[in-house]
Amino acid sequence: MDLVIARPEGLYCPPGDFYIDPWRPVERSVITHGHGDHARTGNEHYLAAAPGEGILRSRLGQDINLQTLEYGETLLHHGVKLSLHPAGHVLGSAQVRLEYKGEVWVASGDYKVEPDGTCAPFEPVRCHTFITESTFGLPIYQWQPQSKIFAGINDWWRANAAAGKASVLFAYSFGKAQRILHGIDPQIGPILVHGAVEPLNRVYRAAGVRIPETLYAGDFKKTDPALRQALILAPPSAGGSSWMKRFGEFSDAFASGWMMLRGTRRRRGVDRGFVLSDHADWPGLLWAIEQTGAERVMVTHGSVAVLVRYLRERGLDAQGFVTEYGDEDDASAAEVQPDEVQLGKNNEGQA
Amino acid sequence: MKAFAELYSRLDATTSSNAKLSAMRDYFASVPAEDAAWAVYFLAGGRPRQLVPTRLLREQAMTLGDLPEWLFEESYQAVGDLAETLSLLLPEAVHSSDQGLAVWLEEKLLPLRGLPPEELAERLPTFWAQLDRISLMVCIKLITGSFRVGVSKLLVTRALAALADIDSKRVAQRLVGYTDLSNRPTAEGFQKLIAPESEDEHAQRGGQPYPFFLAHALQQPVDQFENLLGPVDNWQVEWKWDGIRAQLVKRDGRLWIWSRGEELVTDRFPELHSLVQNLPDGTVIDGEIVVWKAPEPAAPEGKAFELKDQATDQAAPSVQPFALLQQRIGRKTLGKKILEEVPVVLLAYDLLEWQGHDWRSRPQQERRTQLDALIESCQSPVLLPSPVVSGSDWLDLSQQREASRSLGVEGMMLKAKDALYGVGRTKDMGVWWKWKVDPFSVDAVLIYAQRGHGRRASLYSDYTFAVWDGPPESSQRTLVPFAKAYSGLTDEEMRKVDAIVRKTTVEKFGPVSSVTPTLVFELGFEGIALSKRHKSGIAVRFPRMLRWRQDKSVAEADSLSTLQDLLG
Repeated sequence: MDLVIARPEGLYCPPGDFYIDPWRPVERSVITHGHGDHARTGNEHYLAAAPGEGILRSRLGQDINLQTLEYGETLLHHGVKLSLHPAGHVLGSAQVRLEYKGEVWVASGDYKVEPDGTCAPFEPVRCHTFITESTFGLPIYQWQPQSKIFAGINDWWRANAAAGKASVLFAYSFGKAQRILHGIDPQIGPILVHGAVEPLNRVYRAAGVRIPETLYAGDFKKTDPALRQALILAPPSAGGSSWMKRFGEFSDAFASGWMMLRGTRRRRGVDRGFVLSDHADWPGLLWAIEQTGAERVMVTHGSVAVLVRYLRERGLDAQGFVTEYGDEDDASAAEVQPDEVQLGKNNEGQA
Repeated sequence: MKAFAELYSRLDATTSSNAKLSAMRDYFASVPAEDAAWAVYFLAGGRPRQLVPTRLLREQAMTLGDLPEWLFEESYQAVGDLAETLSLLLPEAVHSSDQGLAVWLEEKLLPLRGLPPEELAERLPTFWAQLDRISLMVCIKLITGSFRVGVSKLLVTRALAALADIDSKRVAQRLVGYTDLSNRPTAEGFQKLIAPESEDEHAQRGGQPYPFFLAHALQQPVDQFENLLGPVDNWQVEWKWDGIRAQLVKRDGRLWIWSRGEELVTDRFPELHSLVQNLPDGTVIDGEIVVWKAPEPAAPEGKAFELKDQATDQAAPSVQPFALLQQRIGRKTLGKKILEEVPVVLLAYDLLEWQGHDWRSRPQQERRTQLDALIESCQSPVLLPSPVVSGSDWLDLSQQREASRSLGVEGMMLKAKDALYGVGRTKDMGVWWKWKVDPFSVDAVLIYAQRGHGRRASLYSDYTFAVWDGPPESSQRTLVPFAKAYSGLTDEEMRKVDAIVRKTTVEKFGPVSSVTPTLVFELGFEGIALSKRHKSGIAVRFPRMLRWRQDKSVAEADSLSTLQDLLG
């Protein structure tokens, strides 16, 4: 029997009578991670991984009815054995393992396979059926190790500082921003952040993740010489806004997997694009799928049709799941507030 | 290749002219002259013929990346640029070649042309293994002849002028013809571009034309002309021809014809070769090549045969639509038939060199007087003056301009009588205005969309438009495609259209999506002609979107009969 099916409210587990990352309010929800398209308000009960508690409460409200599980800890609900396992996407992100009458399903939520130091690294979980995302499901997406990307960011920052220019780096405020803060060389100059980023820094610091000292960008005057040496981290929606005026002359950059393509980078209109994603690249997706040992693969948000066809040609039983998940920093999406829900712009090919 | 790829990245990363200038200066100053010579060639728009068939490059990427063809195509559709797709799909090299651009071109890439596929399949991977991702992409762009980066020729000229510390107009002059296929970039050639100015430079230039002086669009209403331009008497007014802008150079007993793209097109227009006898050495004429003949007489009704010798009845020869000229532009060989059916003349409007002297810094009026005298003395049927139009005031001219369409011209050209002949789109030496008639326009329905390239990769930005084949009251009418357009929308509008296309897609044919018709646009175009190749029977020239008619429903869009009326 299918342990997860697609319903208008979201991915649903019939024997357990709960939803995974529902996009409409339901009674019982299991949340894979705190990004807006996966964790929404209005559910009566929430279940999530313990390391994500701070994030969920800060984004959905301190008073939500939230129960947490440590990674690997199990819970039995209506005969369904449920446990959460690290997905390596952002702090607190989890894959949901469901076991019922000997059948094992794993819903991955969003995941990346390279360990990044800011959250528990992805752990493959053996299963019969694997529900995978496919955000970067094309072979053109192949990431370089993050150390190389951080070296690139450091070089860019250093060169700007030497030229007396501020360095404004756009990155999604939850996850990507903290990963960058954790990875860069804080000795180069002062680090300033946008108001949308700092609350999440606090949650990460409280969880024991090393985040260097950050200052609130709004406290600086345009004439402050510190700006000329500074790295400023801001959500993509700050680009082109009057908030940017305070930095005088600056170089800007955008950190996202979409920066892999020249066209998307040019459309963004930034000086530099750093290819840094919190999602698995093409080899990462294929590796993760293989590691699960699953014979059946359900593909959600992203390049659904492509990944389904590719897996079928490799002899797997693959099919697409229609969901409303998007991608937190889809560069082709229209400007949105960082904390607003982003609906999938990249869902083409879903069927 | 690495240094050139770095230059490419720097140019690609910025929209600031100053940043681009310094990137070019840094490159020219740091690489050997033979590399700089090739860089100038490519940056100024030079394109060698394709060196390796695209199909072969695709096949190789599929083999090396172990990808099925459909997955390659999906990838290409997402990237929107073939060279970039290939560079992303080929295995990335660890090490990157430090060999310069000249070595790469002369020793590796140019020799690829014409090699058998087996040989190419062996050589290419050894090249790929020496190139990092950006170098690989740039290299493939050079191979396929699709290298383009946001640098104008003028900007290259300025960078070289700054490097050499000479006037950029001098560099522009030296650069003319540099990108023509007959010229092979060399270290010596580059040194000449940046050499100090010398006295005998003028004498040494062979068949070189002058940089073309270009016009600016005049869009203000006519009642502002008096304020803007002053009295009409200060202006030389001509028709704006729809042909091929060309310079005719006669020196040392030889004739050269150059197109505005600074391409040598002498061979394309054999009927003009007789001018080698009529024109004295040291003459350069600027004008427009147009098809010039009597319009086809309509077959008299009720007569099965037309008498051949009715020349006396025929209308006087006049300019013919650009569509006719197009018929002979693309041909490799020009047969007798086509030369007879589509004869051209040069409508001359400026004299840039006379008796071996550069006349560009003489006033427009003086150049024109001398040009008229020259044409008069030539008495050649293929060298005609572009007539000067006179009017009592601007309003009078604007009324005359209304006849543009029936005369087969695009509007008027206004040239200040005291203007010198500038370089490119400069305004400091005098101005030429093009005062075009409004484009034709119809309201059409978007029925197909295709994802764009480059900056618009993965956005649905290229559209096919249709009009109805019957009046609104007809219940059986359908939409007939008649034009493709991809310019005219703001980025914001394009994003909205993209979202609507994704939501209303009915079917996909490779990269093309058919959509439920919901969007109406006002399409503008310059010319309209009958065409057997188009389903609608009509071909339009330079179609583009003038505005999004969100106020109109699909049923209110125009029909084929609107287009047929425009045919006149």
